[in-house]
Amino acid sequence: MSAPLLSVKDLRVGFATEDGVVQAVDGVSFDLRPGEVVAIVGESGSGKSVTAQTLIGLTRANNARIEGSVKLGGEELTSAGDAEMRQLRGERVAMIFQDPMTSFNPVYRLGDQIVEAIRAHRPDTSKKRGRERVVELFEAVGIPDAERRVDDYPHEFSGGMRQRAMIAMALALEPEVLIADEPTTALDVTIQAQILGLIEELNREHNLATILITHDLGVVAEVADRVLVMYAGKVVEEGTLDEIFYDPQHPYTWGLLGSLTRLDRPRPHRLPQIAGSPPSLLDLPEGCPFRPRCPHEFSKCPEYPGLEARLPESSGHRDRCWLTPEEKRERRMVEGQIGLEAPREVGQA
Amino acid sequence: MSEAGKEDGAPLLEVTDLVKHFPIKRGILIDREVDQVRAVDGISFEVRRGETLGLVGESGSGKSTACRAVLQLIEPTSGSVRFEGREIAGLGRRQMRPLRRQMQMIFQDPYASLNPRKRIGQIVGDPLKRQGVASGSELRRQVQELLERVGLSSEHFNRYPHEFSGGQRQRIGIARALALKPKLVICDEPVSALDVSIQAQIVNLLDDLQDEFGLAYLFVAHDIGIVRHISDRIAVMNEGKIVEQGTADQVCETPKDEYTKKLLAAVPIPDPRESRERTKA
Repeated sequence: MSAPLLSVKDLRVGFATEDGVVQAVDGVSFDLRPGEVVAIVGESGSGKSVTAQTLIGLTRANNARIEGSVKLGGEELTSAGDAEMRQLRGERVAMIFQDPMTSFNPVYRLGDQIVEAIRAHRPDTSKKRGRERVVELFEAVGIPDAERRVDDYPHEFSGGMRQRAMIAMALALEPEVLIADEPTTALDVTIQAQILGLIEELNREHNLATILITHDLGVVAEVADRVLVMYAGKVVEEGTLDEIFYDPQHPYTWGLLGSLTRLDRPRPHRLPQIAGSPPSLLDLPEGCPFRPRCPHEFSKCPEYPGLEARLPESSGHRDRCWLTPEEKRERRMVEGQIGLEAPREVGQA
Repeated sequence: MSEAGKEDGAPLLEVTDLVKHFPIKRGILIDREVDQVRAVDGISFEVRRGETLGLVGESGSGKSTACRAVLQLIEPTSGSVRFEGREIAGLGRRQMRPLRRQMQMIFQDPYASLNPRKRIGQIVGDPLKRQGVASGSELRRQVQELLERVGLSSEHFNRYPHEFSGGQRQRIGIARALALKPKLVICDEPVSALDVSIQAQIVNLLDDLQDEFGLAYLFVAHDIGIVRHISDRIAVMNEGKIVEQGTADQVCETPKDEYTKKLLAAVPIPDPRESRERTKA
């Protein structure tokens, strides 16, 4: 296994608010290797997007407190200066966002905006050379008639094409790491399939390391190598794609897997659901934050377990649940499928 | 999924050759109509009492326009919309008002569809008051009962929308839609703005309410998995037309139309092994 390109250690991000400190990210660690896709899965408020944004210094604000370490090729980023971060964004780490409409300036031509981004980092690039580069990039991401379309404005592109243009811009300076924050959530399924195919191709052919932030386990199954499941600011389970899907250890992961609708299976009478709603970060329960929603809660849960490997066969598969592996394997089966059994008392969203 | 009232032959809602075209106008002083956007281009379907018809399609397929045209929120260009056998296409606002009790809508965005300055009790109670169904303490009692029925607490009566999470707001929207005991509820992407773990709660709630009140749903969504789960029958829309219609299992398991096949093939399978198989194939 190659050395990690990006190494995140015990990352903590807190924001001071009027009502107290919101610990959005609370001790997240992971490694990313060249050509690897790490997916961070979670619901809104789980800290997945804040984690991603912090990696490239987008959460630096007066009220933010960032602790821990983010190392890119051995270089510490949390203490890097703003100018240094600016240089590094785009050049070494690029990010694409959920909404490609708001990520471009509507009054400039797409080609010009991308050329500007290139020239900001490589001032000696001529405008003509820059434009040629954009045409190349558009062709690489599958935008038809690239030569003509570089002169289009953002509104002239469809959602899927705009997302491709954003990927083209992200790739312009050949970064080593791509951070994709819900890149397909706003897109139709047929377009989503194309964009996921494109991301996979970039990984394979350019050895691009990718962090994929998503709430959609279907998307994860298509492209990820490793998965981190986040809940209330912490990683509650991490493992390889197959470990997470076929041997999940944390009840929250069971719930997420169980509540998916599957076109390839007969439909259940009722859609398995997770009771309740995610906790407020200002008012977390003591111990495991999933406890109030978990039907398997028992006497040990008021103490939050560390993220540990609990299975002898896999040191990389770690979780935060006190149940023994045998108990987990037994309790996660609900009507023959992995899922979270119905709650003992019904809580509501 | 309910069986209630299915033996009753006449459809509750019958839509025939519904068309909605939007003109594209050009010109400096005088607008000339140069072309049309054929948002809904001759669709026909029916919703029977107590059943759920799922309407799926991608963005721009015309499904939301179809809903609005059915409810007469926009005037259809042509075609017929019959509700309980009565033609409602082209009816004015005033003529529609008594019918609004029977057909309600649940919207996609639970953050945008509730007035932030009104209390929950007012939001849910307003339709009851406006239609003259209840007032005073009786109104309060009915609203509190509704809130409890959709999984909220009667103590939420005096709260404001911002105090609720997305899932709870959608429950408020559902309570409001159900206040007048409608026969048909049009759900336009009711769960797509919600977190995954909350989506299932809302879908199950809609299922339960259907059984309890004998509601018919026209359930519009782009997520085929959810549509298949909740629907008895599914209609697939593409470019303003219905390209395929059948029972939920028929459409999802043995699709006939090319577009339906393409749509189904693009849905990610949340199963890494099967996903790899499919990539190889």
